[in-house]
Amino acid sequence: MALSQAPAQGGHRLALRNIHKRFGSVVALSGVNFEVDVGEVVALVGDNGAGKSTLTKIMSGAYRADEGEILFEGQPVHIASPEDAGRLGISAVYQDLALCENLDVVANLFLGRETGPRSLPPPLRPLDEYAMEARAIEVLSGLAVKLPSLRRPVSFLSGGQRQAVAVSRAVLWGSKVVLLDEPTAALGVEQTAMVLRLVRQLRDRGLAVVLISHNLSDVFRVADRIIVLRLGRRVASFRVDETNRNDVVAAITGGNELAEAGP
Amino acid sequence: MTEIAHGALGRPALLARLRERLRHGELGPIPVLAGLVVIAIVFQSLNPNFLTPRNMSNLILQIGVVGTLGSGVVLALLLGEIDLSLGAVAGVAAAVLGVMLSEYGWPGWLALLAAIVTGALLGLLQGFVIVVFRVPSFIATLAGLLAWQGVQLILLGPTGERLVRDPLIRSIASGYLSPAMGYAIGALVVLAAAAVVLRRRTLRQKAGLDNEPAGRAAFRLAALALVVALFITALNAYFGVPFILLLLGAVVLTLTWFTERTMTGRHIYAIGGHAEAARRAGIPVAAVRIGVFSLIAALAGLGGVISASRQFAVSIGTGGGTLLLDAIAAAVIGGTSLFGGRGRIYHAILGALVIGSVANGLDLLGSPSSTKNIATGAILVIAVAIDAMARANRQNR
Repeated sequence: MALSQAPAQGGHRLALRNIHKRFGSVVALSGVNFEVDVGEVVALVGDNGAGKSTLTKIMSGAYRADEGEILFEGQPVHIASPEDAGRLGISAVYQDLALCENLDVVANLFLGRETGPRSLPPPLRPLDEYAMEARAIEVLSGLAVKLPSLRRPVSFLSGGQRQAVAVSRAVLWGSKVVLLDEPTAALGVEQTAMVLRLVRQLRDRGLAVVLISHNLSDVFRVADRIIVLRLGRRVASFRVDETNRNDVVAAITGGNELAEAGP
Repeated sequence: MTEIAHGALGRPALLARLRERLRHGELGPIPVLAGLVVIAIVFQSLNPNFLTPRNMSNLILQIGVVGTLGSGVVLALLLGEIDLSLGAVAGVAAAVLGVMLSEYGWPGWLALLAAIVTGALLGLLQGFVIVVFRVPSFIATLAGLLAWQGVQLILLGPTGERLVRDPLIRSIASGYLSPAMGYAIGALVVLAAAAVVLRRRTLRQKAGLDNEPAGRAAFRLAALALVVALFITALNAYFGVPFILLLLGAVVLTLTWFTERTMTGRHIYAIGGHAEAARRAGIPVAAVRIGVFSLIAALAGLGGVISASRQFAVSIGTGGGTLLLDAIAAAVIGGTSLFGGRGRIYHAILGALVIGSVANGLDLLGSPSSTKNIATGAILVIAVAIDAMARANRQNR
């Protein structure tokens, strides 16, 4: 097992160094390092309260770290808000927060960034539905996402398809890092397979993907690397092809330490 | 092309589509259209005067004000908000119109403009209170309702009434097009529809998207032409096409274009669908909200003018009574959801037609207004129940 060591500086698309975060007297993260490369899927795993979502929220701009450094493409950056993260090309995809269920797929993909001819000022600017639809088809088929219809409300889609739309939006707007928080929670077998295929597509396109998941079988199917958090610390990092599930579970639960401490 | 089926292509059969919409809680105008057919059959069988040209013409005059205010209510509901002040705003606007015409001798068009601007300003104030002080729209516009009623009393003074003698204002709700003009306008409408369809097909083709079969589009246009021709012939058998129908048509078309074809319209739907997602997508939620409250109050101002035109007078009762409740009922009965983000402008007209035809039919039968109120209430409950069930369907998937 490779214990967490300080990886080489530079070269990572996104790197977090020595991150500390407290909520009052509760220490959520203490001295955590994290890094994800171009074309890499890193799974962030750990038990409840291990600090996964705190760490993700620091990357997405929802929280600010008390201490530590964030490097984007080797440059130190400050991420003070989701807007800052968005400008850098870091998108957090939360299935429930991203989509307007009453709007169709095209409208959701272009939400807040609609295109149209400049014949009228923005409030009255007509929508160029055809250009948007054509571009939507291009992006979705590029990601091999298949949907029953682009022109019916998203409420007609399954959970996996909605997830796919939310992820495709991140791709459409040129994201470089995509944070996926439990993307397969509450999805059936087939839907899960579809979302995982999409995750591989993102990697193959050179995006850096951070996957937060409880589901180790999903993690082993798509991740290149696994970073384990426990009680606010990074306790282990594995290459998926060099490890097995038992080692990861042991790192998550601290079972290895118990074994070492035992008789 | 791609493997993604969409829009015109891969459209499932009608019945299957219906079943799918039911399952997903996206019923749209289907229940209300069925209701209108039932209402027409029932009243026609009880009183053969119901479907006469004269009565249809009267019905159109009756729904003018409710249809105008109802269109505004649809906009508020799309945002996931409500506006209880629209009736009172209509009253104040009408009072401004009356005072400007009678005391200041303003020409009709200027007084009309003043009424609409008055509405817009009152709405702007309310929108500001709602967005900046985070007062729920229900309360802010309830306060507006009370306050504007007081303002209306002050404006109209001790007499409490102004007669409207201006020919332009009077003609709004009592003018008719000549038969030839009626047909000409009808032909124009059909031609415009054909032009829109043609342009849409060309643009889709240019963007590399597939179109529905040309035959189906042609069939739909032919059906439209037939309906328009029959309708205008019927109206011409009485006094002709009422001006008010043109005005209402212009309002509905403009607002439909605004809500469904412009960026702000898209943002209105987005905010009503999921305000947090809209905010995260960078949509200026506060500005859109304020703008919509101002726009719908301006519409209410127009409604006040129509009301004054119908009664040839402005009184302390203008914009009062059941007007606001009818307008809200019209929007909801027409198929616009109370829960935000789902609805279309024409729903207000459909709903106003339901309320108007029930009232009109009961009048023909000599029923008292108590029956009318009870009937309208019952229909409203049914409409809201359908909306709530559809919503439950959406959420339980």
